[in-house]
Amino acid sequence: MGCHINTDCFKAFYVHKFRAVLGKNRLIFPGEKVLLAWSGGPSSSSMIWQVLEGLSRDSAKRLRFVPGVVYVDEGAACGQSPEDRAKTLAEMKLILQTVGFPWHIVALEEVFGLPPSVLRHLAQEPSGTKGAYKAAVDSFLQQQHTPAQGEEQLSQPGSQDPQSPAGLPTAAQTEAQAPTAAQTEAQPPTAAQTEAQAPTAAQTEAQPPTAAQTEAQAPTAAQTEALSRLFDSVKTLTAKQELLQTLRTHLILHVARTHGYSKVMTGDSCTRLAIKLMTSLALGRGAFLAWDTGFSDERHGDVVVVRPMRDHTLKEVAFYNRLFAVPSVFTPAIDTKAPEKSSIHRLMEAFMLRLQAQFPSTVSTVYRTSEKLVKAPRDGNAGGPPDPRCLLCMCALDIDTADSATAFGAQTSHLSQMQPPTAPAEAPTTPCCSAGVGRAQGCCRGAGPCGREDPRASVIEQLCYGCRVNMKDLPSLDPLPPYILTEAQLRSQRASVLQEIQEYLIDSDDEAQTGES
Amino acid sequence: MAAPLSVEVEFGGGAELLFDGVKKHQVTLPGQEEPWDIRNLLVWIKKNLLKERPELFIQGDSVRPGILVLINDADWELLGELDYQLQDQDSVLFISTLHGG
Repeated sequence: MGCHINTDCFKAFYVHKFRAVLGKNRLIFPGEKVLLAWSGGPSSSSMIWQVLEGLSRDSAKRLRFVPGVVYVDEGAACGQSPEDRAKTLAEMKLILQTVGFPWHIVALEEVFGLPPSVLRHLAQEPSGTKGAYKAAVDSFLQQQHTPAQGEEQLSQPGSQDPQSPAGLPTAAQTEAQAPTAAQTEAQPPTAAQTEAQAPTAAQTEAQPPTAAQTEAQAPTAAQTEALSRLFDSVKTLTAKQELLQTLRTHLILHVARTHGYSKVMTGDSCTRLAIKLMTSLALGRGAFLAWDTGFSDERHGDVVVVRPMRDHTLKEVAFYNRLFAVPSVFTPAIDTKAPEKSSIHRLMEAFMLRLQAQFPSTVSTVYRTSEKLVKAPRDGNAGGPPDPRCLLCMCALDIDTADSATAFGAQTSHLSQMQPPTAPAEAPTTPCCSAGVGRAQGCCRGAGPCGREDPRASVIEQLCYGCRVNMKDLPSLDPLPPYILTEAQLRSQRASVLQEIQEYLIDSDDEAQTGES
Repeated sequence: MAAPLSVEVEFGGGAELLFDGVKKHQVTLPGQEEPWDIRNLLVWIKKNLLKERPELFIQGDSVRPGILVLINDADWELLGELDYQLQDQDSVLFISTLHGG
C-alpha cells in the first residue's frame, strides 16, 4: 500500500480513523480525564496531535474529554548518561509546552517509591449500559448550550478545570442505573466527585490556569544506581524488555490514579500490535492476548487503558508526522542497535516486517485476528471470590492450581534447591501451597506458613506463566522495587492465614472430622 | 553517462544514529557511466556515509524492512523503489519506523 501523494485525502482518512475508533468503542465519556502516555516516539506523538486537533474543533463533533500527558524518563534503564537525559527532557518539555495539556514527567526510578496498592485491581464503578453513553453525551451537549462558560473552559486545554463537564462522567459511572438527564444535572458540579482522592482535586484546581504539570524532583543517584543494578542483573534482553514494560505500566497507572485519570491512552499502532500479538504468544502470554492487544484493557479496574492508534500502521504514522510536521523526540530504547536475534521482541519484529515486505497483508491479517479475540472469563467461580491475579501483570492467573504441581513443580523445586536448605515442608516435586490463594489444603500444616521459608518461591507462585518465565532470567529478587516484594508477602501471608482459618470455619467438611471448634 | 548530481539525503526516526547523529546530508554524487538510481545510492551511502552496523540499515541490495523511504515526500513504492532514477536536487528521506511508539 503506497501512501498517496494527495495529502488532503490522506489527512482526512487518517483523522477519520482516529475518531472512528474512539466513536465505535464509546468508552470515553465526555469530560472524562484521559492520560496520554507519551514516549516521544512517532505513534504517541501522532496520537497527541490528533487529540489536540480533535479538541480544538468548533463543531458538534469535537472530542470532549480532558487530556493530560505523562512522559516516563527511562534513561537509567537504557544506560543513558545524566547529560543525555537532561537534554532529552529539555526537548520533551518544549514540545509539552507547545501542546499545552497538563503534563506529568516521571522518572522510572520512582518505581522505588510506589505503594503496593498499585498492584491491586480496584473495582471500577459500573459505567452503565450503552444507553448511558448516549444519555451522557446528550445532557453534556445540553449543558454546553446554557452556560457559555462551559464552552470556553473546554477549548482551553491548559486550564485544567474539570468543573463544567465533571458532573457527567462520574454521574454516568457511579450510578448503578443508567443515568437519566435529570439525574446528571441534579449532581452538584463539584470536581471532588471526579477523583476518589479529594486532595488531588483541590490541588489541580488550585493550579494557575496555565498547564498544570507535575515533575517530581530529579531522582537521586542512589535510586538511579538501584535501577541500573536491577536491569543489569537481568540476564536476557527479552526479560529486560518485559520488566521495563511492567514497571512502566505500574508507574503510569500510579500517576493516573493519583491525579484522577480514569483512562490511559497509549500510542500502539496496528503494526506494533501485530508484532506484540506474536511476541506475546512466544512469551507464553497467549491467554491474555485480548487484553494485551485489544482496544481496551480493564485489568486494573478503575483505570482503563485504551489504544486509539490501533488502526494506523507505522507507515501511515510516519507519513502523517512528516507531512504535518508533528514533533517527536527520538530517544534510544533498551534495545536500540541490538542485533536481530538478541530478544524475542526483536526477532518477532524482524520476522513480521520482513514477511510484510513480501506479503503486504501480513500485518493487517494478524491485526484482524486480534480484533476477533474475545475476553472470556474463566470457567467456574461464578459466585466465588474473584480470580487471583498475577502479581506483576495483573491478568487473571492462567495456571490451574491442580496442574501447577506437575507443570511447574520442576521449576519451583529447582528454585528451592538453589536456596539454602529450608524446612522439610517443601516436597521436591510438589510446590507447597500451590498458586496463591490458599486453595490447597492439607499441606505443610505442621510447618507453618511456608511462604516465609522460601520468599522466591512464594513470589513465583503468584505470577502467571509468562511472568514466571521472565523471572527465570532474574537470579535474585532483591534488586526489585520494594512494592513488589511487599505486596507478594502480603498476599502470601493472607493466603496462609486464610488457610489456617479454613480449619475453623464451620462449613468446612474437615472441621466436622477433626472436631475442632 | 550521468552527470554529477546534488541530492539531499535525510535520516529520521532513529536511523540517524547510524550516521553519527547527523540527520541531513547534502551530497554530491560523482558523474559515472550508469545513471544514478536508488540502488546505486544505497551502495554509495553504505560506503561513504554509514558509520556503523550496516545490517541495521541495509539488507541485501535494499533497505531493511521497517525503514520507510520517501523521495520528494512521496512513497518510493509509487516511484519504482530501487529503480527510481535520481534527478538533481532530489530529496531522499529514510525514516526508521522501528523505533518506539
